[in-house]
Amino acid sequence: MSTSEIQLTVADVERVAALAHLELTAEEKQTFTQQLAGILAYAEQVQAVDTTGVTATAHVNPHDAERGDEPKPSLSVEDALSNAPDPAPAGGLFRVPRVIG
Amino acid sequence: MSPQGDGVRAIRDAIASRRVSAVETCRQALDRIAAVNDRLNAFTHVAAERALARAAGVDRQVASGESPGPLAGVPIALKDNLCVRGMRTTAASRILEHFVPPYDATVVSRLEQAGAVIVGKTNCDEFAMGSSNENSAYGPTRNPWAVDRTPGGSSGGSAVAVAAGCVPLAIGSDTGGSIRQPASFCGVVGLKPTYGRVSRYGLLAFASSLDQIGPIAQSVEDAALALSVLAGADPMDATSSGASVPDFAAALGADLRGLRVGVPRAFVSEGVDPAVRGVFDAALDTLSGLGATLVDVDLPHARFAIPVYYLVCTAEASSNLARYDGVKYGYRSPATEGLGTMYSRSRDEGFGPEVKRRIILGTYVLSAGYYDAFYLKAQQVRTLLAQDYDRAFERVDVVAMPTTPTAPFRLGEKVDDPLQMYLADVFTVSANLCGLPGISVPCGLVEPDHLPAGLQLIGRMFDEATVLRVAGAYERHTGPHPRPAV
Repeated sequence: MSTSEIQLTVADVERVAALAHLELTAEEKQTFTQQLAGILAYAEQVQAVDTTGVTATAHVNPHDAERGDEPKPSLSVEDALSNAPDPAPAGGLFRVPRVIG
Repeated sequence: MSPQGDGVRAIRDAIASRRVSAVETCRQALDRIAAVNDRLNAFTHVAAERALARAAGVDRQVASGESPGPLAGVPIALKDNLCVRGMRTTAASRILEHFVPPYDATVVSRLEQAGAVIVGKTNCDEFAMGSSNENSAYGPTRNPWAVDRTPGGSSGGSAVAVAAGCVPLAIGSDTGGSIRQPASFCGVVGLKPTYGRVSRYGLLAFASSLDQIGPIAQSVEDAALALSVLAGADPMDATSSGASVPDFAAALGADLRGLRVGVPRAFVSEGVDPAVRGVFDAALDTLSGLGATLVDVDLPHARFAIPVYYLVCTAEASSNLARYDGVKYGYRSPATEGLGTMYSRSRDEGFGPEVKRRIILGTYVLSAGYYDAFYLKAQQVRTLLAQDYDRAFERVDVVAMPTTPTAPFRLGEKVDDPLQMYLADVFTVSANLCGLPGISVPCGLVEPDHLPAGLQLIGRMFDEATVLRVAGAYERHTGPHPRPAV
């Protein structure tokens, strides 16, 4: 992919913002489209690197992080609900706006 | 005895031998914060009552003859992305404006177990995303050396709290330089430990393959003392390492004879402000004078570190920040047209512009059609960069670079140009991508504006001892770091 192929449009930003559950204002859409096009054009330089046969590094953790699947004490329901915008403590629930009409 | 000027060990020993009380020391820190915070905006929250009660507890412990911890009575500040049970923790974001954690971060438990007294939470870039502290929802922090300049970011408030003499020790987090860069800009010491050295349980996650917690201090010795308290395995963080934790402060003091310092001259020759280059070259001369051998090393993929970093960290951020949806905690928009609208509007109203920019970029590079070209490619180049360092460490013990390419820039200077802001991280991001420990130690003032610069030393994984030893020898030779007049 060459630099010229990065043609980020407002529609692209709208599509990605929807995937990320972000509702942007019209002004944000314009600004982000312009800024992200510049950042992606810069980031494209990685495509010039020959990575044939190179494994991907997702993290550098050198050790085995597995553990037994054993139940342990965790947050109480009261603590878990303590920051909820709309808690329903009687049921031990987080309340959200109606999902099904 | 005061947090201004005295080191951690001196403060702790004075309290342990009852020459001063922890309460008195805590009051001095609180008074200093009250005197400077209007100007510097380093703290988002001061927990005076809790701190004085904890300090009184330390005094009682000392009076009863119990052995006080290694940080007994030492006032400390925490970056506001570290959870303390019952203490508001905002990540400098509007979306967490009223968040009160129901649990302590592991580093908080460790510090308090060691006797440290948390005086408050420090300002930062929102969710640790930024290099200038201008992305805080609570206003930028100011550099005590020149209040029209940035203190750096994202742990800018922690660096300022130490530089301005509020506390001798502060804790930050470093995902791409967020401890080292503000330490450099504020003329203090900042240490990013090896990935896995310190538990991140209770750190509000930004990019989980890069985030690491570490100390900001007035001296290398204080950073070493703090690391011995912070480090160690934690069942609550699967990425934390069981590697043995040495007494880091005890490793200081050895001279540098026989030690090999790698200098990536080709990489450092590009884009560095000449004045910064001047103090860096002088620092290399000092290391050489102390007995170290300077060795040219080549890091051919280091010039790709910035694009790799911003592809990886934004991808991870887009995933980590999906949790802020207005359901379990944090801000919820009053919009009630349905669940989907509630999610997307809460996130738009709750997040600031840089966080949104990174979530969108990260979502884009992970999306179908772009994953291979951007995200996967970045992870492959990350491997090549790590191999560059592996090769360098076959020949040298540490790699030296400037911490930053410029002196502290002016507030507002880069805020509308995110790419220029990202380039400020050119020398710091590779330590995160490769999981290596790195320190920034003050290496003089850059003229004509008389602003601090930092010497960065990067070591092998889990070899903080050597990084600290080199920084400590340099610091002993150059004398106590100059302090700003605040």
